[in-house]
Order: sequence, then structure tokens, then C-alpha cells
Amino acid sequence: MSIHERKAIASIIGTIVISIAYAAYMIQRYPVADWYSADVFRFWGAYFLILIPVSIVAKIIIAIVFSILNTIATGEAEPAISDERDQLIDLKATRNGMWLFVIGFLLAMGAVVIGLPPAAMFIVLLCGGIVSDLISDFSQFYFYRRGV
Amino acid sequence: MGKPLPLISNNIRKLRFHHNEMTQQELADNVGVTRQTIVAIEAAKYSPSLELAFRIAHVFNVPLEEVFIYLPDHDPILKQA
Repeated sequence: MSIHERKAIASIIGTIVISIAYAAYMIQRYPVADWYSADVFRFWGAYFLILIPVSIVAKIIIAIVFSILNTIATGEAEPAISDERDQLIDLKATRNGMWLFVIGFLLAMGAVVIGLPPAAMFIVLLCGGIVSDLISDFSQFYFYRRGV
Repeated sequence: MGKPLPLISNNIRKLRFHHNEMTQQELADNVGVTRQTIVAIEAAKYSPSLELAFRIAHVFNVPLEEVFIYLPDHDPILKQA
């Protein structure tokens, strides 16, 4: 298994752990109010706003820890450059992730259209974001393994 | 549906051998890519850009068609015609 494949797996595990840990932490702060209260909107606004920097910092830490552990375990240093194949795979993986995000966004809007509470829209949007991130990482793993 | 057959084969492994058993890392450094990309090209899992293909041929000092071989029998577009 190449370093890029291992890196993609580490990123998938990181995304799952961050999503679950953050949701478990934030769910305790969910406002006990009716479905359409302003507090619910405030909660979800804060949820997304805090999630973005938290996930960026956590992913940077995971990437650093992975790089150190990988070098210790295999003696193989991470490539210093990102060449044309890396960029092509990154592009294709991002495209797949974006498709999933668009589907998630449309489903979230659909939830509003059929009259579900705003929380449902935010949850679908959040799940769409997480799934798109996972698909992007999984695509990277797939393209590095199967070829592109 | 199985994996499509590669459209382009190559002689990189043979050429490396004939150039003082050049390592994949040495070739990668000479053409400005990672060793994993050379591994993928040799295994026909990645078709390089024209620039990279010419760079590889230049390192071995041979024409492009001595490094890469197009396999029309594997090309589904030609089979349709």
C-alpha cells in the first residue's frame, strides 16, 4: 500500500472521528425549544461556524501525526512534491466530493420544500458535507490503487 | 464489467535496466515526479502527459515510440468504428 493510500485511509478515519466527536460534544448544547425557535437557528449557525476551523485544525494535526508515524513505521518520507498524477487524482476526487455535496444540498432544500423542520435541513446539509468529504478521500484511495 | 485493458504499454523497466540499472527514484528525480508516479506508469496504471512522456524519452535518449507503445487492439473507440 502506497503512502498516498495510507494517507487517504487516515483522512477517512479522521473525518469519521472528528464528525462523531464534534456531534457528541455539540448535541449536549442543543436548545430545548420548539422546532422553529430562533435558538435552533443560532445553534446550527454556531455548529457550522465552529466546525469549519475545528475540522481544519484537526485535519492538520492528523496529517502531521500520520506523517511522523508513517516515517517511523516504514522509513519512507512523504514525497516533497505533488506531481501531475497527484494533481489529477486530487482534481477527480474533489469533483466526486463536490457532486455528493450538491446532492446533499439539493436534498436539504427538498427537506424544506416538503415542510420538514429547519433542523432537518441542517442535518441533511451536515451529512452531505461529511459524506462528500468521505467520498473525496475514498476516491483518492481508489484512484491511487486502481490507477487513473 | 472487467477493468479496461491499457491503451499504452511501455518499456521503461527495460530502458532503466539498460541505463546502468537506473532506479525508479533516479528516473523520478530526473523527470520531476514522485517515485509512485513512475511505479504507476510502469504498471500501466497511469498514462503520463505528453510533456512527461517526452521528458522520460529524453532521459533515455530515445524516441518517444521506443518508450511508449500504443495498443490499438485495446482501444474501444477503434473497435466501435
